[in-house]
Amino acid sequence: MLARMSTPATAVVPIIEVRQIEKFYTQPDGSRVQVIAPTDLAIYPGQILALLGPSGCGKSTLLRMMTGLAPASAGSVLWHGQPVRGEDPNVAIVFQSFALFPWLTVLENVEAPLEARGFPSIERHRRALRIIDAVGLDGFESAYPKELSGGMKQRVGVARALVVEPEVLFMDEPFSALDVLTAETLRGELLELWLGHKIPTRAIFIVTHNIEEAVVLADRIIVLGKNPAHIHADFNVEMAQPRDRKAPRFLELVDAIYRVLTHPGLRHDLVEAALTTGPAVQHRQIMLPHTRPGGMAGLLEIVADQGGRVDLHRLADDLSLEVDALLPTVDTAVLLGLLRVEEGDAIITPEGQEFARGDIQTRKKIFRNAALAHVPLLRQMEQSLKAKSDRTLPDEFFRDLLDEHFSDDEARRQLETAIQWGRYAEIFDYDAATGKLTLTEV
Amino acid sequence: MLLPPTAARPAGARWAWAFLIDIAVFLFVFAAIYGVYAIGRSWLGPAVPQAQISQSPRALPLYALYSLVRISLAYGLSLVFALGYGYLAASSRRAEVVLVPLLDILQSIPVLSFLPGVMLAMVALIPHRQIGVELGSILLIFTGQVWNIAFSFYSSLKSVPRELKEAARIYRFGRWQRFVELDLPFATIGLVWNSMMSVAGGWFFLMACEMFVLGDRDFRLPGLGSFLQTAASNGNTRAIVWGLSAMITLIVLLDQLVWRPIIVWADKFKFEQVESTSATPNTFLNLIGRASLVIRGYRLVLRPVLHSLTLTFAIGARRAAERLPTPNKQSPRRWLLGIFAATVMVGLGFAVFHAVREMSDLHRKDYFGLLRSAGLTFVRVNAALLIGALWTVPAGVAIGSNPRLARVAQPLAQLAASIPATALFPVILLFFIHLRGGLEIAAMSLMLLGTQWYILFNVIAGAMAIPSDLKEAAQIFGFGGWERWRRLILPAIFPYLVTGMVTASGGAWNASIVAEYFHFQGRIVSTAGLGSTISRASDSGRFDVLLASTLIMATVVVLINRLVWRRLYRLASSRFKLET
Repeated sequence: MLARMSTPATAVVPIIEVRQIEKFYTQPDGSRVQVIAPTDLAIYPGQILALLGPSGCGKSTLLRMMTGLAPASAGSVLWHGQPVRGEDPNVAIVFQSFALFPWLTVLENVEAPLEARGFPSIERHRRALRIIDAVGLDGFESAYPKELSGGMKQRVGVARALVVEPEVLFMDEPFSALDVLTAETLRGELLELWLGHKIPTRAIFIVTHNIEEAVVLADRIIVLGKNPAHIHADFNVEMAQPRDRKAPRFLELVDAIYRVLTHPGLRHDLVEAALTTGPAVQHRQIMLPHTRPGGMAGLLEIVADQGGRVDLHRLADDLSLEVDALLPTVDTAVLLGLLRVEEGDAIITPEGQEFARGDIQTRKKIFRNAALAHVPLLRQMEQSLKAKSDRTLPDEFFRDLLDEHFSDDEARRQLETAIQWGRYAEIFDYDAATGKLTLTEV
Repeated sequence: MLLPPTAARPAGARWAWAFLIDIAVFLFVFAAIYGVYAIGRSWLGPAVPQAQISQSPRALPLYALYSLVRISLAYGLSLVFALGYGYLAASSRRAEVVLVPLLDILQSIPVLSFLPGVMLAMVALIPHRQIGVELGSILLIFTGQVWNIAFSFYSSLKSVPRELKEAARIYRFGRWQRFVELDLPFATIGLVWNSMMSVAGGWFFLMACEMFVLGDRDFRLPGLGSFLQTAASNGNTRAIVWGLSAMITLIVLLDQLVWRPIIVWADKFKFEQVESTSATPNTFLNLIGRASLVIRGYRLVLRPVLHSLTLTFAIGARRAAERLPTPNKQSPRRWLLGIFAATVMVGLGFAVFHAVREMSDLHRKDYFGLLRSAGLTFVRVNAALLIGALWTVPAGVAIGSNPRLARVAQPLAQLAASIPATALFPVILLFFIHLRGGLEIAAMSLMLLGTQWYILFNVIAGAMAIPSDLKEAAQIFGFGGWERWRRLILPAIFPYLVTGMVTASGGAWNASIVAEYFHFQGRIVSTAGLGSTISRASDSGRFDVLLASTLIMATVVVLINRLVWRRLYRLASSRFKLET
């Protein structure tokens, strides 16, 4: 039995719809850094919609553009089929960090949005107390947020969001700052409010990187791919609530989403880009996953130990990691040609085998060769350093190069990662105090 | 809600206590009414620029009140101005470009060189009432207090966490609600600490602003500062002792009755997710209940007013939104801004033109003289800093790493630090004036007295922050004596030391104006230096010299900040930061 309709009839007008919305930064030289590719997305009444993807892929940016917190670079946001004009749409957000005002009591926190809308004091009290009661915060009205546990804090966040009776409730990784048990409790409570029609909210949009969370809650799951962010897959979840996590259909869906998230297509693109682009200065930079070589070494050892082929879903489970913690490491190994991903399985390559068996010096040598072969940035750095008579360049030089391809923050992180890898591979030395890179003489 | 302060006491004692409080409140109100009356009579009375400063202890309560009112008004003015300045700088990117560097420079201009200009202007504006001179001195104290508060508010506003800002936006907070429910609370702790520093600095300058000579005019305002200066001039030891004890009493009372309760109250504005276990202990607070008058005033008056204002603005904004669905006021605002900028530019150009013409009367020889005295003051300031660091570093480390010593030493040091050095200066002069090179020693000790505390307190904080596992590691590796200092203590306290030295350096330059030139026992004692040049120029009404020397001092301070302290600061925050 379906509690809500999961496939909207064609006649239903979405509450919020974005058309060809995208985000990019224009560099001083006129080139663009694309963060989110042109995307269409609609939120229909009666649905919980989950947006799933690895961290840093642009999920939160998409949420912020839909709520009007961040401007889109292009495209339009429609509210009941009309462009947004004048007053903002009636939405609310539950934040990952709770974003409560620590100097206001629970009651004052929940009343603040009503105050902003000009409700008189008695009406404010009445509404706030009713919602505080509904989320189970009775008796905590005069407590300050710092006296509360994480779960109670997020209940305040939910109460504050619901008190404005939003048409769409946006949730930005609402349970990821909580421990596993508390998160599970809160998910259950949210479903209870929603399924029991105890709240006037007509749709919920939840951003998460937790696959099981999405499958437990959502009627529809959209998987984002990254670099730039784009819709990678769209699942309708046709399972009755409450859902049984051990049910075969549940596990099947989780596995299917895992496979999509670890879809090899994207990573093949990366490797090809790395192989085909020459050392010219004006080529397309590929995005380095932000990992340390040590983590990748650990992964390769485990894969080699388990016979050279493992199911990534099982591996993540065994390591009690979430996807977004494991994927960058997998990406790194794939980028360096030490691992392949097929159908959600990671398969070690001959170089990977050698790496896993080798001692530290062997590993460094393999890493060095692979890095110079597959990572254009490191190759470019090596060549630039070689070109200088003193074999030394400031890190800013490379920052400027990266700035052409990435946003400021990302450029800094890319360079940090590249320096980590380059040091490990003994391509160059780096003096953090002076910011100077020096070629390592072999 | 807080428990009423008397809840835990037995019934009989409670009645006696309540009765005592009633009497105290009645006396307080009575005294306050008299105070307002006395101040009104004095301010609105005819101008008495050369008031006879009484030397009787009986005059002290009234004098203390006069000084206190001056400081409070100046502080109130500073707070309002700083909030406006900080808010503007943080909320408009265009304003920020100008306002933040301007703040840096304004902070470096020695307050006391404003003195002649401000005084003459105020006296010219209100020639026949005492209020003219009074406003002049209040404005001067204001210029010494306002900048660090403004800077603290600005940087707090810039560091409001992103998700809190987003919450305020998505829940449609208006400007006003955002200000009182997000910006102001987030900035409160910084504002409180900087206000305490500012008021302490206010006492320092009050001493100089209550009594001074300007050309042929001798200004004297009744107050604690003028009382002490007169006493020192006359060599009246009894009056000096009385004056100093009145001052210390006043400062201690202010600390216990106003600042301590405010600090405890401000604790709720700490931006933390978990409640911390250590609370600020305060013996006096337990006596008067957990909330002092200030906080009661906030709860009973200010908070309801703020709430009703928020509601009024919110309703107004909603109505406005209903009436005008697409407000379009972009173009007239840009217009206004353009006109405003043009006016400021013209004003600036005019001022610069006149300043240059004024200074063109000076010869090259004069400039050499000015630079020479700047060099002398430079040596003096840095010698004072060095001496300060030499004794405060070992003392601060000892206090900071020994909790038992800290319990005794820290309140004592705080008390010592709260006495304005300028109040002690006449007494110091009395000792050194007859020695050879006595004024040199006296000048340096004034700089030292005014600034060493910044270094001391920062070093104490630094020593307290050394993690105990690092100390244990040092012990295991057998670091002893010098090795321990070089490898552990000095690097660990380095960022704190730099922070203290930056503040101390600015303070010492400013203090040189008071320290190098002094009216004492009917004559002028001075030693060569930029500070004494400024003082002499304002004494003799040489505005060209005053202008040039002030510019030189401001430039030197800004340059030292940029070239030395800021670099050290960056080094401290990158390499010597203890990260967990």
